[in-house]
Amino acid sequence: MSSSIPVRRFDTLVIGAGGGGLRAALQLAQADAHVAVVSKVFPTRSHTVAAQGGMNAALANVLPDNWHWHMFDTIKGSDYLADQDAVEYMCRAAPRLVVELEHAGVPFSRLENGKIYQRPFGGQSQNFGGDQAARTCAAADRTGHAILHSLYQQNINAKTHFFDEYLALDLVHDEDGTILGAVVMEIETGEVMVIEAKATLLATGGAGQIFRTNTNAHINTGDGMGMALRAGIPLQDMEFFQFHPTGIAGKGMLITEGARGEGGYLLNKDGERFMERYAPNAKDLASRDVVSRSIYTEVKEGRGCGPNDDHVMLKLDHLGADVIQKRLPGIRSTIQTFLHIDPANEPIPVYPTAHYTMGGIPTNRHGQVVAPLGQTAEETVPGLYAVGECACVSVHGANRLGGNSLLDIVVFGRAAGNHIIDYLKENRYHRPMAGDSIDKAMARLSRWDQKGEGESVRELKDELKKTMEDYCGVFRSDEILAEGVDKVIALEARLKNARLQDHSKVFNTARVEALELENLMDIALATVCSAHARQESRGAHSRIDYPDRDDERWLKHSLFFKEGRKLDYKPVRMKPLSVDSFPPKARVY
Amino acid sequence: MRFSVYRYNPESDDQPYMQEFEVDVNAGMMLRDALLDIKVQDESFTFRHSCGEGVCGSDGVNINGTNGLACITPISVLKEPVEVLPFPGRPVIRDLVVDMTQFYHQYRSVKPYLTVHDPEPEEEYRQSPEEREKLDGLYECILCGCCSTACPSFWWNPDKFRGPAALLQSYRFIADSRDQATAQRLEELEGPYRLFRCHSIMNCTNVCPKGLNPTKAIGEIKKIMLNNNT
Repeated sequence: MSSSIPVRRFDTLVIGAGGGGLRAALQLAQADAHVAVVSKVFPTRSHTVAAQGGMNAALANVLPDNWHWHMFDTIKGSDYLADQDAVEYMCRAAPRLVVELEHAGVPFSRLENGKIYQRPFGGQSQNFGGDQAARTCAAADRTGHAILHSLYQQNINAKTHFFDEYLALDLVHDEDGTILGAVVMEIETGEVMVIEAKATLLATGGAGQIFRTNTNAHINTGDGMGMALRAGIPLQDMEFFQFHPTGIAGKGMLITEGARGEGGYLLNKDGERFMERYAPNAKDLASRDVVSRSIYTEVKEGRGCGPNDDHVMLKLDHLGADVIQKRLPGIRSTIQTFLHIDPANEPIPVYPTAHYTMGGIPTNRHGQVVAPLGQTAEETVPGLYAVGECACVSVHGANRLGGNSLLDIVVFGRAAGNHIIDYLKENRYHRPMAGDSIDKAMARLSRWDQKGEGESVRELKDELKKTMEDYCGVFRSDEILAEGVDKVIALEARLKNARLQDHSKVFNTARVEALELENLMDIALATVCSAHARQESRGAHSRIDYPDRDDERWLKHSLFFKEGRKLDYKPVRMKPLSVDSFPPKARVY
Repeated sequence: MRFSVYRYNPESDDQPYMQEFEVDVNAGMMLRDALLDIKVQDESFTFRHSCGEGVCGSDGVNINGTNGLACITPISVLKEPVEVLPFPGRPVIRDLVVDMTQFYHQYRSVKPYLTVHDPEPEEEYRQSPEEREKLDGLYECILCGCCSTACPSFWWNPDKFRGPAALLQSYRFIADSRDQATAQRLEELEGPYRLFRCHSIMNCTNVCPKGLNPTKAIGEIKKIMLNNNT
């Protein structure tokens, strides 16, 4: 079967055209590597486009700052689960990479002296836990849009090959586990081809669609994570899923943390600024996990707002219409469109909303995928790289700081690009193709050609998202999670009986969604199983039955394997590259 | 509420046709929610969509005769039956999905990237808030295509006329104090088609879901050209 499939050959295959994929592709194309970027949507429609508040870098344009302070904040924010070598690397690189983006055309907002505008964001401090810092470089509240478009534009300049609206189905690998490229499907025609590459980079983003109410786009289905799992690669730290404190209540659209960075704050139904109780110093700019839990607690204890007491209010009107229009025009327009109110006059109803996948495909700081497949816990998977939200490098640990995700994709997109350039020098020839994994990918696709009655893909997807919301939300317990595991396993079994009614080859979005649901199902299982196993509370993972962090037993990364739903663990890399380690301490804001 | 949507699958249909659907609506519902409901009724109904908040630009369609983004069009303002068609003037791939190749080609043709010839400084280029303000109303474009596919000049000459979206981006770089390729950008817009096919009909500005004004940007480019030629 595999012999009849057309093959294209490139030095490097990048799967995903968000900020991570495009930054890597740019690095490669500028080094004259022959690079193909495969994306299931036109590149500027990737979800990086929706990032609002900004990108952290210790430029010190507004307040004193230092990459070392940024490193401390990131590790503290991660609840000490982040790998400290990767965090040091990221925070040191940040100022230079923001400048690079600015040189590439990103229209950052400006200060009076012409430098890049920076705003305060959650979890930021000066001098290792002192006063609030202002570290987030912003283009109004459309920073992701500005960065993604600029990166796409520079890739046009660099003549990168784009395969727009192609869905990656599976990785191709040989018997030794070397990754040889991927099987991809052109959505417009339903035609399949193999893209052969000496190095393959996964940059497919997060999987917020495993939860019912989320800030994510329809496309955020974790396809790369699904592909990795099917190739025998584990997912790391999947129990850590970030709930953003301020999604529009009941709807989920994101209201940037920048709204609080600019001076907005949260109120309960008594008009109390309740974050003062939970985080006396940082208040509304505590870490996201802290603020989300506080909102959840306010609502649970009967201090929620609205007719059903089911949300809290984000107050911005005291900032004045001018500041809101200048610094937060995007969310103002979103609120006007979806709530028919103007935040310059009225507070915004908000509630914690599923937002960001901290876990992902395990990598080192060069973007190389590492897994305990041989002798050690971190053997590199030859020919495979991963960056951005689909990866777990891990710079976010148990809780990501706002403004660190745009930074993550740019820093590690570039690092992976550079490492691949070196890898290509040592691996000058394509390896022999392996038919087996191509046949498996084709079988996965043709399974959806089966006709007849069966379960509906959409209904299964809705049930999965509801299950994850009910059984793997902000607060968790053994009982709830155990039930959640059973329910997702039952849904996974039912997925085998699902059938499509639409069997057209032409732009068949029903088939795309079925293939995406297979990814979501695997990722949901990884998430709920990893959460059930971790008997402590750390960062975004809050267990009411284990309310404390337990460094003795649980200062370690979890690894979930698809086969046998097996869990394994590996140590956190506590040793930075050049500075002293930050040992775990009690985390107060 | 009644919806009448354009259907065409080249594999099975000789001709496109309109199909009616009834959708239960509720307050605050957007057109995209209605289209998703129609897809529940008929899985084969096909359209692009993603972010659901007017940022990614995937779900541009023609709604009761006007181009717009389904995800930020409240159905409460729409007349029944709501007619939803693909963008005018583009080849239809299936149902509401059109081929945007020429639109993207025109975008690439204006070299939409910052071009600087001088050696790069170690720090950011300095740009005053006033200089930066000149990019407001330009950089926010999401490439949804509502404007260009509402433009009669683009319908007639999609291969030669750059179209409002691409010209807006051309001006975005001309207006950027950091860019050093203005002369080249202007030169490449010379001739009767690329820029000057714009007759200021303003369909583009009327339909832009982000409230941008390509007609004005095109006017600014023309003004600079005229000033340079006198």
